[in-house]
Amino acid sequence: MAIYRSHVLVCGGTPCLLKGARTIRNLFQQEINRYQMADEIRVVETGCLGPCDEGPVVIIYPEGVMYSRLQPTDIPKIVEHHLYKGRVVEELVYRERKDSKEISSKVPLEGEKYLDRQKRVVLRNCGRINPDLIEEYIANHGYEALGKVLTELRPEQVVEIVTASKLQGRGGAGFPTGLKWSFTAKTQADRKYIVCNADEGEPGTFKDRLIMEGDPHSIIEGMAIAGYAVGAEEGIIYIRGEYHLSIERMARAIRQANEHGLLGKNIFGSGFSFQIEIRSGAGAYICGEETALIESIEGSRGEPRVKPPYPGVAGLWGKPTVVNNVETLANIAPIILNGPEWFRSIGTESSPGTKVFTMLGDINNQGLIEVPMGITLREIVYEVGGGIPGGKGFKMAQTGGTSGGCLPMEFLDMPMDYDTLSKVGSALGSGAMLIIDDTHCIVDVLKSFMKFFCHESCGKCTPCREGNTRLYEILTALSAGTATKAHIQLMKDLARTMQLTALCGLGQSAPNSLITCLRFFADEIEAHLNGKCPTGVCKSLATQFEAV
Amino acid sequence: MEMVKVTVDGQTVEVPKGSTILAAAKKAGIKIPTLCHHEDLNVNAMCRICVVEVVGARTLQAACSQPVSDGMVIITNSPAVRQARKMNLELLLSNHPQDCLNCVRNQRCELQTLADQLGVQQQRFGTKTRPEYPKDDSAAALVRDPDKCILCRRCVEVCHDVQSVGAIAPANRGIKTQILPAGGVDLNNVACVQCGQCTLVCPVGALYEQDHTERVWAALADPEKHVVVQTAPAIRVSIGEEFGMEPGQVTTGQLVAALRRLGFDRVFDTDFTADLTIIEEGHELIDRLNNGGVLPMITSCSPGWIKFIEHFYPEYLDHLSTCKSPQQMFGALAKTYYAEKAGLDPKDIYVVSIMPCTAKKFECGRPEMSSTGYPDVDAVLTTRELGKMLRQAGIVFSELPEEQYDEPFGITTGAGVIFGASGGVMEAALRTVYEVVTNETLPSVDFTAVRGIEGIKEAEVDLKGTKVKVAVANGLGNARKLMDLIKEGKADYQFIEIMCCPGGCIGGGGQPIPTTNEIRKKRIEAIYEADADLPLRKSHENPAVKTLYEEFLDKPLGEKSHQLLHTHYTKRNKYPQKSVG
Ligand SMILES: Cc1cc2nc3c(=O)[nH]c(=O)nc-3n(C[C@H](O)[C@H](O)[C@H](O)COP(=O)(O)O)c2cc1C
Ligand code: SF4
Ligand code: SF4
Ligand code: SF4
Ligand code: SF4
Ligand code: FES
Repeated sequence: MAIYRSHVLVCGGTPCLLKGARTIRNLFQQEINRYQMADEIRVVETGCLGPCDEGPVVIIYPEGVMYSRLQPTDIPKIVEHHLYKGRVVEELVYRERKDSKEISSKVPLEGEKYLDRQKRVVLRNCGRINPDLIEEYIANHGYEALGKVLTELRPEQVVEIVTASKLQGRGGAGFPTGLKWSFTAKTQADRKYIVCNADEGEPGTFKDRLIMEGDPHSIIEGMAIAGYAVGAEEGIIYIRGEYHLSIERMARAIRQANEHGLLGKNIFGSGFSFQIEIRSGAGAYICGEETALIESIEGSRGEPRVKPPYPGVAGLWGKPTVVNNVETLANIAPIILNGPEWFRSIGTESSPGTKVFTMLGDINNQGLIEVPMGITLREIVYEVGGGIPGGKGFKMAQTGGTSGGCLPMEFLDMPMDYDTLSKVGSALGSGAMLIIDDTHCIVDVLKSFMKFFCHESCGKCTPCREGNTRLYEILTALSAGTATKAHIQLMKDLARTMQLTALCGLGQSAPNSLITCLRFFADEIEAHLNGKCPTGVCKSLATQFEAV
Repeated sequence: MEMVKVTVDGQTVEVPKGSTILAAAKKAGIKIPTLCHHEDLNVNAMCRICVVEVVGARTLQAACSQPVSDGMVIITNSPAVRQARKMNLELLLSNHPQDCLNCVRNQRCELQTLADQLGVQQQRFGTKTRPEYPKDDSAAALVRDPDKCILCRRCVEVCHDVQSVGAIAPANRGIKTQILPAGGVDLNNVACVQCGQCTLVCPVGALYEQDHTERVWAALADPEKHVVVQTAPAIRVSIGEEFGMEPGQVTTGQLVAALRRLGFDRVFDTDFTADLTIIEEGHELIDRLNNGGVLPMITSCSPGWIKFIEHFYPEYLDHLSTCKSPQQMFGALAKTYYAEKAGLDPKDIYVVSIMPCTAKKFECGRPEMSSTGYPDVDAVLTTRELGKMLRQAGIVFSELPEEQYDEPFGITTGAGVIFGASGGVMEAALRTVYEVVTNETLPSVDFTAVRGIEGIKEAEVDLKGTKVKVAVANGLGNARKLMDLIKEGKADYQFIEIMCCPGGCIGGGGQPIPTTNEIRKKRIEAIYEADADLPLRKSHENPAVKTLYEEFLDKPLGEKSHQLLHTHYTKRNKYPQKSVG
């Protein structure tokens, strides 16, 4: 491979592409050619680099300087000054936004927190290698872990290593991955499957897309190792239908892996065969639920099945099936290579490793970060996230996506990990963090959450199908000033019934936000009973109140 | 069998491993309320009424689906359980029309019963949040009232899993979820065979038969009309259930008395034309065997089955016997032979059938079923509709004396009676064909190999050197299996009996609710009891049938038979047809 003096990594994530990253890349190449530096400097389109609302984003290595919000007119300047003359173009360098100063003043701010706090395990290659070239993945220890398990380890040893790492599934429920694999490994069957869940239906979340677009081989390697560990020879990646680029890049990566003998028959002469097929998702949020996903792959209506039997024992086509999230699988190769102790040294005792979070809502640095488990909410919001825009106050954070609970100020110092969050009625879920500032009305926010669930309920079981619309109805009455005290009790009873009796995780967790808000924001909600919306968001109430 | 010990509300019970909590609780004498669960169908666990507490579990568990494990501690009656059950029921009720007084299922409705049982006494939610759905009465035999549907999907299970028709399926999502005919068209435009099995499992008034009671009341009140009624073999062993009697009682005499009290001019028995069917169909079989006709020959008395083969295997219609069903043969004779004998104008004769079947309502309206120039049959009442009419008339069924059918169509044999159970047509045919072909008396009339509720049965009969291999299927899922064998060229049968409904007509879609496989078995026993009690057990020994041939039909498969008693079939589509207009 040719040796280049510098690499210009242009973010090829969808948000950047939409903001003209292709033009930026072409301009870089054009300018570099003009300076006749084409054999010294290489321009590469990479997977998403993270700070999506700052796009288009470019990183120049080896210096590791990140430029953001680039305009076509900026490119000649960067090429001339940075690449030709060796001087960083300061005014274009990505900075944590400083307009959040007053709020985050409580937290000491040093340097580039956004990049400093991060620890890259899952995103190790994202933005650093060209995802379309298997050679670059291999050059970065790619497929070494697969080689190791196939040549040095027995399947049960692989399960043991993953169990010892205490890796928990990153798709939402946080189920121990090693344990999940051991069930399938133990079950006798003529066929078994590894299904990679890349449906990623959670609004605003795009971590799995980032991994697929930025480092597709890490998923392939994780799946193949899983296949070896449990005795499966077939893998299916179920990718959300809208993720065209992910589908394209995964397909290319699978093709390359096959060409290199890293997938297919008799890999490394070990006698182990594994192949991977891509399915594109049906589009509904519920299709991310593992049994609904399986139904969808089988060509049926995407609806959860009754469990047991669990997929690990009887899943796709009735065969034992491991369903793992993209991020979970991307953790596998590093665990094999560096050992379970290394993995456990990151994060917390009960939840080791890193987590990719998606920061959304009222926060300066929107986008993706990978940080060690156990980071506090305060660190996420004020350090990594750069605080809240417009000098507004923090009201609450919804962790774990739309099905997570809402945490007020008092929880800012709580560590973010599976155990701690579930204890307070929330969840880590897929890692989406929605930050909401103090200008929003709780009732109004809850209404928007419940509306989502009204829309996404598959309609199979009573509590979720009927319950979500009833909760939405009562919230609407609250914001219109027509609710009574009895409605609050009814809402509590109903929410509890949904948690306790819904058939699948969607209906069980749909009322989490409501339940936590009824606990932490009771005063604000009850104010609506007296015709008052403290934030003035519920318009009909505001006018009603003024009229009185 | 491996047994496990579990504790239900403090009592320890031992149950086979893999049992559900529901079964374990039953063993402990506790009846957990259920709604979507049906003992003969796959478990979908979607109503969430049957929830219980399992110590150690994060959520409540559905008793109908959750298997027990050794040492499991179950609490079926805690405040959390009661509250959750009631809440889920309230949710269902809040989107359900409060229309019990006008509902076909009033007082026979599982939802209504549950509301009482769980103590629902107030409406805590607002008005309905789902759209009003119009009724679909496009099908000749059935009405869908989606507004009443509580989305338990029992109908879907029976239609797909038992009947392998798949005419209805869930559509849309969330609160807009509905059970719709495939493709969203009217029921009449899909391959629904109108078997009514879905009406048997529907817990509420969302699926039921097209009402014929009003037209029958009108005919009975019309002095110009001579109203005759025929009763299918299966009615005598099930009508009692409409009046709270235990399943499995033979009530032939009371049935006749009840119909007389309703005001029918003549009370006849479809068993008579069942005997006639055997003569015609038996000769057709002998003819096909001797003259290289299309084999296997398949029976044609089940209209749900006929519609099924027309939709799904139209290329095999020539395997069907050309005989009309006994119901239609009866109608055709009532308006010709009987009219002549009784000196009546056929236009004044009104033929009512009491059938265990909804598909018979469809059958009587088929264009080819008017060979006399009038519809052979004017109205078809299901067992349930007859029960309703008798209740309306204040007839106390259990106190009725036993009465005899009228002549001539009331003279029947045991062979006619067993038409009501799966395998019965086969057995009746064998009783006759054996004796006609061999000219010898059967050593035993009981062909037990073809009896019972089992889905597919086979037997071989030695007709003095000629071996005849026969098969019997009940339930369309089993019929499909046999048809696929024929398609693959793997069926070496000469004669096949197929009944659309599980267990045969005794399990028909017009039978009393509930009709479960356990109840079907009891009705089957009763059918064979009625057969054994009759002095004549072979169709060709029926004196009235003999007279019919002498006086009117001349000979089996003769010209008159051809005109009145035989029919032809229509190719239909497998896939939904767009509604016209
Ligand atoms: C409504 C619902 C949606 C879900 N969506 C996703 C999803 O988009 N991606 C995912 O990986 N897991 C999703 N899950 C979780 C999966 O059911 C499953 O637990 C997960 O894929 C297992 O992988 P893991 O053990 O690696 O986390 C969802 C669960 C529910 C209840
Ligand atoms: S909880 Fe909601 S999404 Fe899950 S099965 Fe029930 S209706 Fe469907
Ligand atoms: S279906 Fe049942 S609850 Fe509903 S209206 Fe009819 S009788 Fe009443
Ligand atoms: S009548 Fe029979 S075929 Fe038609 S929908 Fe009901 S079960 Fe299916
Ligand atoms: S029509 Fe009846 S059986 Fe079918 S889902 Fe609705 S309530 Fe259940
Ligand atoms: S009866 Fe168990 S969930 Fe419906």
